[in-house]
Amino acid sequence: MNNQGVGILVVDDEFSVRDSLYNWFKTEGYRTDTAENGMEALKKLQENPWDIVLLDIKMPGMDGVELQRHIKKIDNTIVVIMITAYATVDTAVETMKEGAYDYLSKPVDPDKLSILIRNAVSQRRLMAENIQLRQKVEELSLQDEIVGESPQIKKILEMVDTVAKTDATVLIRGESGTGKELVAQAIHGKSNRRYFPIISINCGAFPEGLLESELFGHEKGAFTGAQYKRKGKLEMANGGTIFFDEIGNITTKMQMDLLRVIEAKQFTPLGSNKVVNVDFRIVAATNSDLEKKVSEQDFREDLYYRLNVFSIQIPPLRERTADIALIARHFLEKYARSMNKAVTDISPEAMKMLTEYNWPGNIRELRNTIERALVVVGKKNRIESEDLNLLFLSRANPPGNSLEEMEKAHIQRILEQSDWNISRSAETLKIDRVTLYNKIKKYGLQR
Amino acid sequence: MSYIDIVPIGELDETLLLFLRQSIFQTFKIQSRVRHCRFDLSPVYDPVRNQYNSSGLLLQLISDTPPETLKILGVTELDLFIPIFTFLFGEAQLNGIGALVSTHRLHNQFYGIPENKELLKNRLLKESIHELGHTFGLIHCFALKCVMKSSTYVEEIDQKSINFCRVCEQKIIHW
Repeated sequence: MNNQGVGILVVDDEFSVRDSLYNWFKTEGYRTDTAENGMEALKKLQENPWDIVLLDIKMPGMDGVELQRHIKKIDNTIVVIMITAYATVDTAVETMKEGAYDYLSKPVDPDKLSILIRNAVSQRRLMAENIQLRQKVEELSLQDEIVGESPQIKKILEMVDTVAKTDATVLIRGESGTGKELVAQAIHGKSNRRYFPIISINCGAFPEGLLESELFGHEKGAFTGAQYKRKGKLEMANGGTIFFDEIGNITTKMQMDLLRVIEAKQFTPLGSNKVVNVDFRIVAATNSDLEKKVSEQDFREDLYYRLNVFSIQIPPLRERTADIALIARHFLEKYARSMNKAVTDISPEAMKMLTEYNWPGNIRELRNTIERALVVVGKKNRIESEDLNLLFLSRANPPGNSLEEMEKAHIQRILEQSDWNISRSAETLKIDRVTLYNKIKKYGLQR
Repeated sequence: MSYIDIVPIGELDETLLLFLRQSIFQTFKIQSRVRHCRFDLSPVYDPVRNQYNSSGLLLQLISDTPPETLKILGVTELDLFIPIFTFLFGEAQLNGIGALVSTHRLHNQFYGIPENKELLKNRLLKESIHELGHTFGLIHCFALKCVMKSSTYVEEIDQKSINFCRVCEQKIIHW
C-alpha cells in the first residue's frame, strides 16, 4: 500500500500550521495542498478531487463548521478531520455529529496524526470499494435477462418494476421452464433488498424432514446425522429475499410451519430452544393449480392468500411466438461467447423451425436446443436446420389426430410454402379463394 | 568538491560528530565535513512549550550556505517542535538543502531507562540518513526495514535499519 494518489487538503488560517502539515504530508508521499480560508478551500475542492480535508474550526469568515457542511454537499464521502485548539474541543465533538471523521487538538502528537490519517485513508478506500461493489451489484441485478418484446413480456416487466419497490409477497405462476426464477431474481434485483442475498429453495426437491432442516436449520445432534450446527435458508435470507420454487409441492405440516414463519417472521431451528427473528421478502412460484389444490384441501387456504398477494402469470413460450427469434439469438450470443465459438447467426430455415415448434419445455427447452446446436455446429458460422436435434424435428408442431387438426396444419403449411399467396394456395388446395379465407378465419391462422 | 555539512547546534559530543561524518560518507558516497556556525536561539525558543521551533532553526541553518555545500545536516540536543506537533525527531526540506535532527528524544534517559550510547549513535545515524534522504527527494517508505520508513516514536526507529531499501537506493543513485 502506498499513499500516492491520496489527496489531503489542509485548511487553516495559521501559516505555520498549513506549512508544517503540508511538509509532513509531502514527505509521507501524499498529494497535498493548503487553503488559507473557506473560500479558497471551496475553490480547491472544485478544481481537484480530495480524499481527506483537515479543517481548522476557528477561521475568520467561513469557519470550519460551516465549511464542513459545504464540503459534505460537494462530496459526502470526503473524510473531514477537524483541527482544534483545546478551547474548541466541544465544537469539534459537535462537528463529528455532522459527519466529521475525527478531530485533532493542537499541538498534535505525530504518532496520533500518523495513525489517524492511516485509518482515514483505509476508511476512504473501503468507502470507495463499497461504492464500486454497490455499482457492480446494480449493474448485475439490472442486467435484463428477461428477453422479449411481446406485449405479454412487456407487461410482466412492468409488473416486476411495480412490485419490486414494495415488500409485497409475490406468487409467480407459469409452466415449467418459463423463467419463474428469473422473474424472482429480477424482482429481488430491483428491490431495496438487492444488497442482501436471494436464497432459492426448491420445495419439490426435498422429502419433508429434510426440507424442514433445510429451511429452519438445526442444532448439533438435533437428529441422527446432524453432526454440526447448520444455519437454515430462512436465516440466510435475512435482509434479502427467499424464493420458494414449486411451493405447491410442500406437505400439509410444512404449509402450517411456513404460515407461522410468514406471519411471525420468527422461527426455532430444529433442536434449539432459541427463537430466531428474521426479515425477508417472500417470492414463491408454482406450476400447479393452487386453487384446485385449495378446493381439494391439499393446500391451506390461509397460506394461499398469504402468498397470493401479487400474482404474476408467465405465459408459455408457444403463446408468445413473436419472442422466439429474439430469445434464440440471445442464447446464441450468450453460449457462443462462453464456448468461444464464432457462430453469429441462425439460418432462415432453422429459425422457421424454431418459431413453428410448440416448445412444451418452454424457454429452458429453447436454451438447451441452442446450446446443443452450438456444440454440433462444427466450424460453420451459423446454425443450420440440421444442427437442431432430431427429437426436436420430430416433435415440431405435431398436429393432433382429428381431421380438423390435420386440416388446419395442412392449410398453414401450404400457405407458408406460397408465402401466403392466397390464389396460389387455393389452387394447390383445390378450393376457391372464399373457402380458403373462411378456413383461415375459422382456424385463426396467422402469417 | 561538494560536501554534506554537519553543523552542530549547541553543545554536542565530538565523537558523535566524527561518527556521523564517517557513516554519512559511507551511505551517500559524498564527502562530509563538520562546520561550526552561530545560531540565535532566542527567536525560536517557545517558553510555554520549553521547546525550539524546528522550522525557524532550519531557516537559520541554511542561511549563508557556502557554495561547495551540497546538503546541510544540523544536529542538536535541543527539543524540537513545529506548531502543529508536540515534538519532532527531525525535519528536512523535501528536495531542498537543509535537514535537522535532534538527539533530545533519542536518549534512553528521556524515557526513564538507563542510557545506552551505542543505541543513541545508532538512532542518531538512522534519523540523520532519513532526514538527508528527504533532501534527496525521498518520501516515506513502507518497507519495514528501510531507513526512510516513518518513525513517530523511538521504538520505530529501532525497528528499521540504517539502509535504504532497493527502491529508495535506486532513487538516491539516480538523483
